[in-house]
Amino acid sequence: MVKKIENVGCPFCGVCCDDLVVTVSDDGKKILEVENACVIGSTVFHRAMSERHTLPRLRQPDGTYKEISYDEAIDYAARVLHNAKKPLIYGFGSTNCEGMAAAAKVAEKAGAVIDNCASICHGSSFLAIFDNGYPSCTLGEVKNRADVIVYWGANPAHAHPRHMSRYSIFPRGFFTGKGHTGRKIVVIDPRHTDTAQMADIHLQVKQGHDYDLFNAFRTVARGHDIPAEVAGVKREDIIEVVDIMKKARFGTIFYGMGLCHSDGRNHNVDIAISLTRDLNDFTKWTIMAMRGHYNITGPGVVWSWQYGFPYCLDLTKRDIAHMNPGETSSVDLAMREEVDAFFNVGTDAAAHFPIEPVKRLRKHPWITVDPHPNMATEISDLHIPVGIVGVEVPGIVYRMDNVPVQYRNVIDPPEGVPSDEELFERIYERLCELEAEDAAKAPAKAVPEGIRAGE
Amino acid sequence: MKTVTLTLAKSPELYIEGQNITPDQFAGKKAAEIASLDVWEGKLKGPLGNYFTVEGDGGATAGETKIVLRGDCTRVKRIGQQMTAGEIVVEGNADMYIGGWMKGGKIHVKGNVDSFCGIGMEGGELIIDGDAGHHLGSSPRGEWRGMQGGLIRVAGNAGNDTATFINGGTIIIGGDADIHISTHGEGGTVIVKGDAKGRVGGQMVKGNIYVYGTIENPLPGFKLVGEVEQEVDGETARFAHHIGDLGERHPVSKGKTVYANLYTRI
Amino acid sequence: MNELIVKNGFVFDPLQGIKGDRMDIGIKDGKFVETSALGNPKVIDAAGKTVMAGGVDIHSHVVGPKVNVGRLFRPEDKLFKSPLKRGNRMEMGFSVPSTFKTGYDYARMGYVFVNEAAMPPLHSPHVHEEIRDTPIIDNAAMPVFGNNWFTLEYLKNNEIENNAAYTAWLLRATRGFAIKVVNPGGTEAWGWGLNCESIHDPVPYFDITPAKIVTGLIETNEHLGLPHSVHLHCNNLGNPGNYTDTLDSLKLAEGYTAKNNFGREQVLHITHIQFDSYGGDSWRTFESKAEEIMDYVNAHDNITVDIGQVTLDETTTMTADGPFEHSLRGLNNLKWANTDVELETAAGVVPYVYSPNIRVCTIQWAVGLELALFAKDPMRTFISTDHPNAGPFFRYPRVIKWLMSREARDTTMKTFKWLERTIDATSIDGIDRELTLYEIAQMTRAGPAKALGISNTYGGLVPGMDANVAIYALNPEDMPSDPEMIEKAFSQCAYLIKDGVVAVQNGEVVAEPAKRTVWVDVKVPDNAQVQRDIYEHFLRHYSVGVENYKLFDEHVHNPRAIEVDATQ
Repeated sequence: MVKKIENVGCPFCGVCCDDLVVTVSDDGKKILEVENACVIGSTVFHRAMSERHTLPRLRQPDGTYKEISYDEAIDYAARVLHNAKKPLIYGFGSTNCEGMAAAAKVAEKAGAVIDNCASICHGSSFLAIFDNGYPSCTLGEVKNRADVIVYWGANPAHAHPRHMSRYSIFPRGFFTGKGHTGRKIVVIDPRHTDTAQMADIHLQVKQGHDYDLFNAFRTVARGHDIPAEVAGVKREDIIEVVDIMKKARFGTIFYGMGLCHSDGRNHNVDIAISLTRDLNDFTKWTIMAMRGHYNITGPGVVWSWQYGFPYCLDLTKRDIAHMNPGETSSVDLAMREEVDAFFNVGTDAAAHFPIEPVKRLRKHPWITVDPHPNMATEISDLHIPVGIVGVEVPGIVYRMDNVPVQYRNVIDPPEGVPSDEELFERIYERLCELEAEDAAKAPAKAVPEGIRAGE
Repeated sequence: MKTVTLTLAKSPELYIEGQNITPDQFAGKKAAEIASLDVWEGKLKGPLGNYFTVEGDGGATAGETKIVLRGDCTRVKRIGQQMTAGEIVVEGNADMYIGGWMKGGKIHVKGNVDSFCGIGMEGGELIIDGDAGHHLGSSPRGEWRGMQGGLIRVAGNAGNDTATFINGGTIIIGGDADIHISTHGEGGTVIVKGDAKGRVGGQMVKGNIYVYGTIENPLPGFKLVGEVEQEVDGETARFAHHIGDLGERHPVSKGKTVYANLYTRI
Repeated sequence: MNELIVKNGFVFDPLQGIKGDRMDIGIKDGKFVETSALGNPKVIDAAGKTVMAGGVDIHSHVVGPKVNVGRLFRPEDKLFKSPLKRGNRMEMGFSVPSTFKTGYDYARMGYVFVNEAAMPPLHSPHVHEEIRDTPIIDNAAMPVFGNNWFTLEYLKNNEIENNAAYTAWLLRATRGFAIKVVNPGGTEAWGWGLNCESIHDPVPYFDITPAKIVTGLIETNEHLGLPHSVHLHCNNLGNPGNYTDTLDSLKLAEGYTAKNNFGREQVLHITHIQFDSYGGDSWRTFESKAEEIMDYVNAHDNITVDIGQVTLDETTTMTADGPFEHSLRGLNNLKWANTDVELETAAGVVPYVYSPNIRVCTIQWAVGLELALFAKDPMRTFISTDHPNAGPFFRYPRVIKWLMSREARDTTMKTFKWLERTIDATSIDGIDRELTLYEIAQMTRAGPAKALGISNTYGGLVPGMDANVAIYALNPEDMPSDPEMIEKAFSQCAYLIKDGVVAVQNGEVVAEPAKRTVWVDVKVPDNAQVQRDIYEHFLRHYSVGVENYKLFDEHVHNPRAIEVDATQ
C-alpha cells in the first residue's frame, strides 16, 4: 500500500506552500507523486532520490574525490575551523532553523563569520529595515483585505509561482469575496514580464531609477508638483497610481530583486518603506520583501534572537558579535581577502557568487555541506552530504512574511546521513575537544566554580 | 606634544583591527607598553608589537600625544576610532573606520582610505589627501543620529552613501561623489566641489548640500526657489537654491516649514 | 540524592507570612522539604543575607516575533552597548537582549519564571523556538485573544461556551498559558488603519464593543477556571486623559468573582497600568492620575495590576497595540515596524528615548512609582517595566531601589530638567513611603505567582514547591545607608538556586539547569460547531493549514502542562 502524506510544506521558494500531498511507496523509501506543488517544487521532491552521496568525499592530491567516514569528515571540518584565523560559514538558504541554530553555536565556538544568502539577495532589505523599519503584515492579511496590490521589481510569475494565486491577486478572502475582480494590480518593472501581463497598470520604470520614481510618488502624495517625466514614467501616470494608492482600503507593495539589486540597493527599499509610512497617514498600506528560498528568512530570524543581527555576523572576537555589511558581508570579505577558510552550507556559492570572490575563496580550504552535488561541491576540498530538509528532515522554516511553518519529512534520509543540525552538533563537540587539547598544552587558567550545562 | 611612531614591520595575512591605535590609548604609556596593547587579526588577539615597531612614548594625556604611522597600512582598520584628542598622521593609505566615532583631535591620512571612515563622528578633524571609500561620515547601521559635528575633508573623490543621517558637522569633498549624499539628513553641511552622480538629498529633512559641478540625475523632490550668493569654504560664489526633499516630512519652526537646502553653483 | 540547606538567612515568604525570620530552607531533589527530611545536605550559608523565593515576572516581552523584530531592526542597540561574553553564549543587546542574555540576566536578578506578555497564535512555533534558546528561566506565553475573529464572532453572539471551547483549543494549539487581551477591538480596526479609542467604540464590521469583548473573555476565563485571569492591555493606552477610559475598563470586572482551583482571586489583571493613568487633555497639560486609579484598584479585590515603570532609558517599544505604535512613530519620527497577523492580531515596534530632559517622560516615571506607593495590597500590585516598553527588565533592581528609598527617588529627580513641572503634575514629591523587603517579595514573587495561578509551584518556599531560591546580599537588620547598594544586591544575587541547582553565584551564572515551558491544558466537552468553524476559517481565510498551525509536540521545549478540567 502506498502512503499519502498530507499538509506537506514545500522546500522550494519563500511562498512556503504547506498544502502538498506526497505519495510515497509502501517501504517509505520512494516518492511516487507530488500533488498541489508547482513544477519546481515537485522537482525538489523527485530529485531527492537521484544524485545522492551517502558518505563525505575528500579531495585527493590528484584532484579526485575519495569517500571518507563522517567521523573523519567532522574531524577535518573542525580542524579547518579551529586553525583558520577567520573562517567564513555561509549559506543556509535551504535548511531548517534547527540547523541554523546549531551552525551559529559552531561559529561562536570557532570564532567565525557566519552569513546567509541574504548577503547577495535581500540583505539590502535588512539595511533598509535597520534605517527605516518595516510596516508589513502576514500573507493571509493580503488575501483577506487587500484591494490594491503593487509588485515592484518582482516577477512572481516565474520566481514564486503560487504567490499570486495563494495570497495576492486571485484568492477570495474574508473581505475580498470578489477575488481578482475586486483588486487593482499595479506592476512597476523595466521589463514587460509575465507578472506585468496580469496588471491593470504597468509602469515601465527606467532601469536603475526606482529611487527617483519613489521620490516622485512621495512628492505627489504630499501634494507637490513633479517634472513632466520621472524615471521614464509620465507625470499623469504617476499621479494616477498615487491616487489609486491613497484611495485603497488596504494595499501591499511586494518588491523583489529589481529594488535590491539595482543602483542604490537598500535605498530603493528604504524609500519604498518611506512611501508605505506616508500612505498610512491616508489609509492602510503594508510592504513585503519577496524572499527567495523557502527558509532564507530563517537565518535572519534565528540569528537575530541569538545575537541581534540577521546576517553578516562577525563572531571572531568570541566575546562580542559585530555586524557591518560592506565589511562583514561574504562577497566583500572574499574580495578583500579577509577570510582564510570557507564553509558553504545548503547553498551553492560557486554558482551564485561572482567569479572573482570564488577564486579568492578557493585559495583557502573550502567545505561544502549539501545533500546534492552542485558547483560548489565540484570545487570543494570536502563535501559532506546531509538529509534534505522538507523531504527527509522535518523542522521549522520561516515564510517570506516571517510566519513560521512546521515542515514534515516524507521519507527518511539515506542510512547514516545526518541532518544539518546533527552534523553541526557533532562538529561542535569535536571543536570542544580540540580546544580542550589546546588548553591542556597551555598553562592552566583559573576556571569559575560550578559546572556549565552542555559542556 | 610627544610623538609615537609606529612602523608596520610585518604585514598581516588578513587585516589588522587597530582600535587601540589612538592617542587616548597611548597616553601615559611607554613605548613598550604601547607595543603590548592588543590588536586583532581575525580571531587572533596579539600585541601591537607583533606587527609594528614602536618608537617614542605617549604624552601625559591624549591631547599631548601624536601618533605617526609608517609603512603600508592599507590593511589596518579602525585607526583613531573613538579618539577624543591628540593627533594621528598616516603617511600612506589606511583601511576602514579611520576616525570612526571620533570626538576630537585630528587625523591626517596622506593616502587613500576605504569605507566607513568618520562614521558616527561627533567632533574633531579628519583630513584625507587621497580618495575616500563609501559611507564617509555616515551613520552606523540603524543609527538615526548620524554625524553630529566635526570636519571631514577629502581632497579626492568619495564613494556612495556619504553623510547618511547627518545631523551636524561638515564634509568637504574636493572631487566627485557617487550616489546618495545626505540621505535622511537632518542637519550638517556637505560640499562636493566636483560632480555628484545622483540621489542628492533623498529623504532629507534638514541641512545643506553644495554641489559645484553637475548632478547627473537630480531628484524630482527638489524645487528651484531662487539664486543666492554665499561664502563657502572660504570663497564666495553664486548658487541656484533648491529646497527639498518635498516628498519627506519637514518640521515647522515659528510658523514656517523648514526644508533641506541644495545649492548648485552657477 | 541532591540535597541542599540554605542556612541562617533572613527569610521573606509572603505565601507563608514569613517576614524576615532567621531560618533554614531544605531542598531535596529539586523541591523544598522540611529540614528534618535532609540527610547530609550541602550547606549554603545565608547568614546576614535576604532569602526569597525565585522571582516571578507576570508581564515581559522576551520571546517571539515582535521582540525579535526589535532585535533585528536595531543594530545600534548592540553597538558599544553589549557586555563581553562571560557565560556559555554571547550576550548581545541592550533594550532588547538576545535570548541568552535574557535568560542569564533574569537569573542574575534571582528570577526563575517569566510570562511572555503576548504570543500571536500564528507565530507560536517561533515563540517556542526562542523559549528553547532562553536559558535557565521557565517561560509561559499568553496568546492574544482580544482581536481574534473567532472570539469576536462568538462574543458578539454571547456564545461563551463556544468561545471557551475555542480558547481551550487555541491554548493547546499554541501551548499557551492564559488569555491576553491587547487594545480589544482596536487592533482589528487597525487592519483598516483605524482604532477603538474607548471601550464603547464598535469594531468595524464585527460590530462588537471592546467592553463586550472584555466581559465576554472574563466570563470565558471563569467558565473554564484557568489558572490566570484575563490579562488586559487597555484601550486608548498612552494618551493624555486616558485614566477615565481605564476606570471604565476596570469597572468591567464588577460583579465577577474568580472561579478556579489555583488560588487566584482576581478576574482581571491590568498590565502596565502606568501607561493608562494619565490626566490632562493634551501633552501640554499631561499629568498623573495614579491616585484616582489606585483608589479604585485598592477598593476592588478582584483586580490586580502591574506598574510598567519607566526607567528613563533609551529603549524599544513593542506591542500588539498596532495603532498605538503607529501614533508613536508620528510623535518621534523614528523607524517603525508593524506586522498585522491574519485573523488574530497585529504588532508594532518603535525605538523610544525616555529622557530625564523631557517633561512627559519624567511625569511617566513618577506615575509608575506612585502606583506602587499608593498600593494598599502589594499582593495585587506588581513590579514590571513592561519590558522593554517602559524600560529593560534588568532595571527591576533600580525600580526596587526607588520604591525602597525616598533618598534614591530624590537623587534621580534632581537630574530632571523639568523638576518643578514634574512635581506639579504628580504627587511623587509628597510621598515618603518606603517599601519593605517583605512588600518587595510580595510584588516580585508571591503576588505575581498567586495572580498567575501558579503559587503552588512558584513564588514561595513551601515544602513540595519547586526549589527556587534567590539569596541577596542585604541584611534587613543592617540595611545599607547607600541606596545604590540595594540596586546592586538585587542586580547580582548572591545565589540563585533553580530546581535545587545553584545556577548563579555572586552574580555570575555558574550552571544552566533545565528550563521549562509552562502551558495550560484544558479539557472541554466536544464541540462540533467550534470544530466546524475552525475548519472553515482555516480552509478559507488562514494562509497555513490547520494541521501545520497546531504546534508539533517536538517543538515544545521541556513542557510542564497545568491541567484544567472544564468538562463538568
